[in-house]
Amino acid sequence: MLNGAEDEEKWLAEGIAGIQHNAFYMHRALDSSNLKEVLKYSAQMLSELRTSKLSPHKYYELYMRAFDELRKLEMFFKDESKHGVSVVDLYELVQHAGNILPRLYLLCTVGSVYIKSKEAPAKEVLKDLVEMCRGVQHPIHGLFLRSYLAQISRDKLPDIGSEYEGDADTLKDAVEFVLQNFTEMNKLWVRMQHQGPGRVREKQEKERSELRDLVGKNLHVLSQIEGVDLEIYKETVLPRVLEQIVNCKDDLAQYYLMDCIIQVFPDEYHLQTLETLLGACPQLQPTVDIKTVLSQLMDRLSNYAQSSADVLPEILQVEAFAKLSNAIGKVIEAQVDMPAVGAITLYVSLLTFTLRVHPDRLDYVDQVLGACVKKLSNIPKLEDSRAIKQVVALLSAPLEKYNDIVTALTLSNYPLVMDHLDNGTKKVMAMVIIQSIMKNNTRISTSDKVEVLFELIKGLIKDMDGADVDELDEEDFKDEQNSVAGLIHMLYNDEPEEMLKIICTVKKHTMAGGPKRLPFTVPSLVFSALRLVRQLQGQEGDIVGEEVPATPKKIYQLLTQVIEALSTVPSPELALRLYLQCAEAANDCDVEHVAYEFFTQAFVLYEEEIADSKAQVTAIHLIIGTLQRMNVFGVENRDTLTHKATGYSARLLKKADQCRAVYACSHLFWVDGQDGIKDGERVFLCLKRALRIANAAQQMANVARGSSGPVTLFVEILNKYVYFFEKGSQQVTGAAIQGLIELINTEMQSDSATPDTASDAFLASTLRYIEFQKQKGGLMGEKFESINL
Amino acid sequence: MNFLIGAFKPACNFSITFSDGKSRKQVPMKKENGQTVMVPLFQSQENIAGKISIEPLQGKKIEHNGVKVELLGQIEMYFDRGNFYDFTSLVRELDVPGDIYERKTYPFEFSTVEMPYETYNGVNVRLRYILKVTVSRNYGGSIVEYQDFVVRNYSPPPSINNSIKMEVGIEDCLHIEFEYNKSKYHLKDVIIGKIYFLLVRIKIKNMDLEIRRRESTGSGANTHVETETLAKFELMDGAPVRGESIPIRLFLSPYELTPTHRNINNKFSVKYYLNLVLVDEEDRRYFKQQEITIYRLQDS
Repeated sequence: MLNGAEDEEKWLAEGIAGIQHNAFYMHRALDSSNLKEVLKYSAQMLSELRTSKLSPHKYYELYMRAFDELRKLEMFFKDESKHGVSVVDLYELVQHAGNILPRLYLLCTVGSVYIKSKEAPAKEVLKDLVEMCRGVQHPIHGLFLRSYLAQISRDKLPDIGSEYEGDADTLKDAVEFVLQNFTEMNKLWVRMQHQGPGRVREKQEKERSELRDLVGKNLHVLSQIEGVDLEIYKETVLPRVLEQIVNCKDDLAQYYLMDCIIQVFPDEYHLQTLETLLGACPQLQPTVDIKTVLSQLMDRLSNYAQSSADVLPEILQVEAFAKLSNAIGKVIEAQVDMPAVGAITLYVSLLTFTLRVHPDRLDYVDQVLGACVKKLSNIPKLEDSRAIKQVVALLSAPLEKYNDIVTALTLSNYPLVMDHLDNGTKKVMAMVIIQSIMKNNTRISTSDKVEVLFELIKGLIKDMDGADVDELDEEDFKDEQNSVAGLIHMLYNDEPEEMLKIICTVKKHTMAGGPKRLPFTVPSLVFSALRLVRQLQGQEGDIVGEEVPATPKKIYQLLTQVIEALSTVPSPELALRLYLQCAEAANDCDVEHVAYEFFTQAFVLYEEEIADSKAQVTAIHLIIGTLQRMNVFGVENRDTLTHKATGYSARLLKKADQCRAVYACSHLFWVDGQDGIKDGERVFLCLKRALRIANAAQQMANVARGSSGPVTLFVEILNKYVYFFEKGSQQVTGAAIQGLIELINTEMQSDSATPDTASDAFLASTLRYIEFQKQKGGLMGEKFESINL
Repeated sequence: MNFLIGAFKPACNFSITFSDGKSRKQVPMKKENGQTVMVPLFQSQENIAGKISIEPLQGKKIEHNGVKVELLGQIEMYFDRGNFYDFTSLVRELDVPGDIYERKTYPFEFSTVEMPYETYNGVNVRLRYILKVTVSRNYGGSIVEYQDFVVRNYSPPPSINNSIKMEVGIEDCLHIEFEYNKSKYHLKDVIIGKIYFLLVRIKIKNMDLEIRRRESTGSGANTHVETETLAKFELMDGAPVRGESIPIRLFLSPYELTPTHRNINNKFSVKYYLNLVLVDEEDRRYFKQQEITIYRLQDS
């Protein structure tokens, strides 16, 4: 047994063979001008089109074969000298055919000749043809027959300016003809799904889609009719077409045809008939993809709006936005079963439209968002991922348009829409907002806006109720928090007073973030505050008295609170760094007691919280580095602090770490610059102490492992020697350097020395430097001359 | 008969000519042997006149008891063993008894002959008009010659010609309303109409309009009815839905129709019907038959 497809191939082949066979005899009759035979064989040939076995696709193939033959037939009919029968008689003669389908194909063919002959008004002939075609109720047969009719009549419509134009009303007849053919074709097309033997619905849908252009072509023809001006379109064409679309109650047809209307007729027409067109939308079947249709329309209109400046007033005049908005509301109301995604997509389209057409009307945008909120509030929980996506699109659109979050922040409904998102999406949206700000370098400059902004991105700022912490992806979380940290820097105002407000607002929100977020947000906040401090410092002259709200003092208090919050994390290393930053800022502002206070806090943290030896090493180096640059301290305070620092250094766990920290401490006593302290004595003490520790380290290594470590530490100390020697420290002499070099050499030559290429190279280049300085001559050269290598 | 004529050579040649033979319209007529010959066409109340020539064969003479010509209108029922019923019989004596030696020509005339019935050639019955020339003889039998002619009678357009409009249906299954523009059509007429579907619950495959001829002969228990379908004209292809209106336009000229004949001489009737047939996908037929009257309209 053959399967369906093979069967169809066979039937098609048979049909084609039938057409060819009869066409052969028809050609012979044509050649001999035997009208009777011509009619007989052409009718037989066309009878092949009576098959019901073929799918539309195959039927089309068959139809095209017949179509080609009909062209030859038409040529013959046209030439009266060949058959000797007037076209009027011919028009009757072909109607003698017993089978309707061949009869009507022949009638259309002669009809075409009849119109051309102008022996009867085109409108009469067309009217007759379109009326007679009613006899074919078989959907596929009818569609192709009427498509043939449309084809042959296309250039013969009594259009304005056409040679077939008759008296005043003929244009109406032309329109009427096409409309009627369209209506009938659509009916047939829609009927396809109810007829035919129990076929699979899917297959039917596919077959129907294959035929849709036959129906749509009529609309195209209508749009091509010269005489269809706005008035006729408005009064006749559109209402009739819409009536058919609405009444056919078929989702496939409704969708396709609505789209067709939008695509084939000019935008100007759409604009002027917006009400009518939109009025049809709520009447469509609930399954029609109305959102795409409307989106297309809005797309077209917004493109049209941008096409020229003259158009805009027109759009405003017809109140396109109000109408669209109204229509969308009605569609949503009418289609109760419309999924949330559909409704939201509609709002997205409307929003896109208004953003493009009325960029200045923020109230419109807010209105759309408001409508969306209303819709969303009827939905218990937004779960459909596509719907969520659409909401994100809805919220992103204004950001993209205005490149400016500040605009979005003025939209009262914006946060309300966001409230309907789940936590995950809220975060996504928050990220979109932040990225928009970052990308466009938008500065948020008032605390009110900051407040709104933080409300929008609260998903990132604090843990949401019901959020499952375990679900969080560590990477994502980091990204998010880094973005928030970055965002804080975008919140900025040159006015210190406002800036302080902003900082307070940020503080309020970030403090609620919990231990996981603080390490990300606090530094940004701190630096933001420090920037303000420095700015205030710059304008210090202006600031007098306590009544000024933005005083450094307040900010320092705030900073302390913020950094203290880190203790809940806990993150002592970070807090320490921040304290040091604050101290430095205080130093720059020349407030000793504050700087001292910050240092104290840092030291307290060091002592109490930082237990890890590695962390200690890092911390001590930070402390030393910061302290070295401080110039605000009086002798006493500085002594206290340096003493502490040195003390910490010597108490590090590993000898090597001790050694390095101690020689680093030497810099605390030697600060470049005019006012810098230059206490060579204590520098030398530090270095010597470092040397001692290095020795001890070496010995310990000998004892523990039987071999001494590399000489790296010594070389490092040598470098310090050379540095201070160059700087002119009295205590570090050429002899001392020479001594150290000898010591290193001895160490390296000892039996227990471990060879190490890195330290060898280090030493070599250090020595080369000394040699270089010697040869340079001048003051420095002389100085180095005292060192003998 | 032919056999006999062939066997015994006729004693003479006949020639029957009509006085307006050259100008008179000739129409084809099918003879018993299947051949078609052209014969002159008359209508009722016409004068039928002409000449009859009788020419004996070379060197022979015809002795006769008189020569006459008859105009006969006959109805012949095939099942009745070829019995003729003459509904019209007119005689003209052409010659008194005597001899014919050479070609002799007799003029004849039947004036304003009443020929109420049309020539008809049906399945079971035929109505014919003939001129019968008889040369009566005592021996050797009479010599007879026939000449057929056709009679057609024309009617004026009927003063009352209502449309046929009817609603028919099968309950909860199919309801249609059909309309034919007239109830009386002439032979070259066009049937215009439409079928309106009020209810369709069956899957219709197609719809045809048939023209049927019903020829009934005899009377009482001997009535023979013969029905032929002369035209089968497809009106619709595929299944309509409720509310569809299907146009009808059927040209009658291609079909071999005759006028309706009602009770011709109490012998036969020929009636025409339009039969609307709907065929469903299981090939069941649903039909409704309506009589129409066909008449012959004078060609203008």
